[in-house]
Amino acid sequence: MFEYAPAPESRSVVEIASSYGLFIDGSFEQAVDGNVFKTVNPASEEVLAEVAAAGQEDVDRAVAAARRAFASWSAMPGSERAKYLFRIARIIQERSRELAVLESLDNGKPIKESRDVDLPLVAAHFFYYAGWADKLAYAGFGPDPRPLGVAGQVIPWNFPLLMLAWKIAPALATGNTVVLKPAETTPLSALFFADVCRQAELPPGVVNIVTGAGDTGAYLVQHPDVNKVAFTGSTEVGREIARAVAGTGKRLTLELGGKAANIVFDDAPIDQAVEGIVNGIFFNQGHVCCAGSRLLVQESIAEELLTSLKRRMATLRVGDPLDKNTDVGAINSAAQLARITELSEIGATEGAERWSPACQLPDRGFWFAPTIFTGVTQAHRIAREEIFGPVLSVLTFRTPAEAIEKANNTPYGLSAGIWTEKGSRILSVADKLRAGVVWANTFNKFDPTSPFGGYKESGYGREGGRHGLEAYLA
Amino acid sequence: MPKTAKAAEPTRLSVRKTYKLYIGGAFPRSESGRTYVVNGDNVALASRKDARDAVLAARAAQPKWAGATAYNRGQVLYRVAEMVEGRRAEFTTLGVPAAEVDATIDRLVWYAGWSDKIAQVAGGANPVAGPFFNISAPEPTGVVAIVAPPSLLGLVSVVAPAVVTGNTVVVLAADPQVAVTLAEVLATSDVPGGVVNILTGRYAETAPWLASHADVNGLDLTGVEHAELAAELERAAAGTLKRVLRPGLGGTDFTADPGLRPMTAFLETKTVWHPKGH
Repeated sequence: MFEYAPAPESRSVVEIASSYGLFIDGSFEQAVDGNVFKTVNPASEEVLAEVAAAGQEDVDRAVAAARRAFASWSAMPGSERAKYLFRIARIIQERSRELAVLESLDNGKPIKESRDVDLPLVAAHFFYYAGWADKLAYAGFGPDPRPLGVAGQVIPWNFPLLMLAWKIAPALATGNTVVLKPAETTPLSALFFADVCRQAELPPGVVNIVTGAGDTGAYLVQHPDVNKVAFTGSTEVGREIARAVAGTGKRLTLELGGKAANIVFDDAPIDQAVEGIVNGIFFNQGHVCCAGSRLLVQESIAEELLTSLKRRMATLRVGDPLDKNTDVGAINSAAQLARITELSEIGATEGAERWSPACQLPDRGFWFAPTIFTGVTQAHRIAREEIFGPVLSVLTFRTPAEAIEKANNTPYGLSAGIWTEKGSRILSVADKLRAGVVWANTFNKFDPTSPFGGYKESGYGREGGRHGLEAYLA
Repeated sequence: MPKTAKAAEPTRLSVRKTYKLYIGGAFPRSESGRTYVVNGDNVALASRKDARDAVLAARAAQPKWAGATAYNRGQVLYRVAEMVEGRRAEFTTLGVPAAEVDATIDRLVWYAGWSDKIAQVAGGANPVAGPFFNISAPEPTGVVAIVAPPSLLGLVSVVAPAVVTGNTVVVLAADPQVAVTLAEVLATSDVPGGVVNILTGRYAETAPWLASHADVNGLDLTGVEHAELAAELERAAAGTLKRVLRPGLGGTDFTADPGLRPMTAFLETKTVWHPKGH
């Protein structure tokens, strides 16, 4: 095996201030009660910045600003709104290296991913929806689709800027104004996005960013002057939001958890399947709602496949997110690390066999070695619960019918994978999987034109594509 | 129609209809044995157990119904329209205006035609930036519980859009006699048993069980009149993240063009990716 010399991306491309306020009505402001929290680099536990924690009054101010801005923003010709979004897309492209480094610092994801996946998709998403702003009458939602008003949006920490783009781009293109709350552990890229909005000279109040924890999000989704709630996060919180929104007439879309089956049939190309499995579960440290966290492998090839998979896992480089050779970065937070650790221990206790490649983890920061469990049954908690980490549960099957049965045996239904060289099998299995995204002979592919979202308890509504407009139109 | 009969001739006693539930293609009484009186007729008063039985029937029928070709589902719905036409007199006797029967038949024909078109309108190819085949297609949500509005047109306007796309439904009917008569239409229209299940009774009693039922995927609240009950049902539906169709303020005008929403409310979008290569 080759030894790799360190290849760190330069941190100097991004300048992080020591403290940040809330972005309300076009300017940064402190929280009314002066509360702040710290955001840390999960790879080093170094404090990156202090950030304002928005309380009820701050959320009120942000919603009021969005409401004021709505009148003119929604009345603006779509072609003009489009140009603001094109500007934002361009600025993101120009500042993409800075934003990628920032994202890796605050989130812990490898620079390779923030640079080559997150940031290009963020820019592409704004570019895509910019083009819709003056074509909404052709989108299939009636001849005169109208915006809803103020959108309250709450996003997770796994793809901070990308989730922001998925929320803000369609909302703005359709003429809504937004108040967005980024996750508590990854607030920085949203605050840098606020600066992108200023550079684009976006009218004040069209985009407002309120940072804080769960209570800030709860104030936002329960605010009586919010017309539309969009949430990406856990199924548990999604349920609470659906309850809170019930009876209010607010429109709601939810993109929640998953426990995707990645099904490998005996005629699959093994090397490609192994790459797909690795990408499916170790991409972004497994902090992916659509991660292929359950490997269903046909019994006849299980041994061969697992041998290849383990060999491949041994080459994964875990460590410094800013190193351009790093494959697996830091776990986003101590709390998430504790959850992954706990569920993995339960996996072993319940009788599954645990394996990780030998790998040196850094002394500081939050780390978890890529892990697989074999001998997993459908009753095991690691086969049922979302771990949201680099942990793969391996189950076997004998017939396609058994694979489909096991794949669908979950309350979730976000994504699934199929590996086989047989075209007719791909199509028939894809038809029977109860999941919103099915990747056949590939995995974890995303595109602004491609609708994304779940069946069952993985939520409702779609983000991306023409479908993504529906959530923001009356 | 009163007839003047001669005293010597015995008058013929009419045979009355027993208004029962419609579950799994059969017409059972309520397992609770309860009835209530509607326009002088005894009508089955559905219980929680009946609601659960109806969900079982709907679930059992769903894969085959969804797996039927769209062309076939369209033909079945068209057949329902034909059968309503044949029972026009019975509906008007129950007080449904003739114009509403016409509109109901036309609505059924409209939805019958949607069966093999909705996938093209609501789905299609996505031009992703990479060497991938990528296509989105709508699929039925599964089992949908419907609190139906009282009119025949309203009833058909909530049932047809849900089933034409491959869902199966449990309907809590508001006007039991109209609903049971429609059930008789369905039973003679090639609609497979269990695709449409109709419960008569008090929806305030049965709807909460359906809203919280873990094997129900969608909830249509069009027929719920009280905002507070609607909110309560919506909250219950959040437990398993059911898709909920909420009526707009001021009720629904069933004579208007329904648009796509009654269908898309109970459709999922599945997107399939595959690499392109040699």
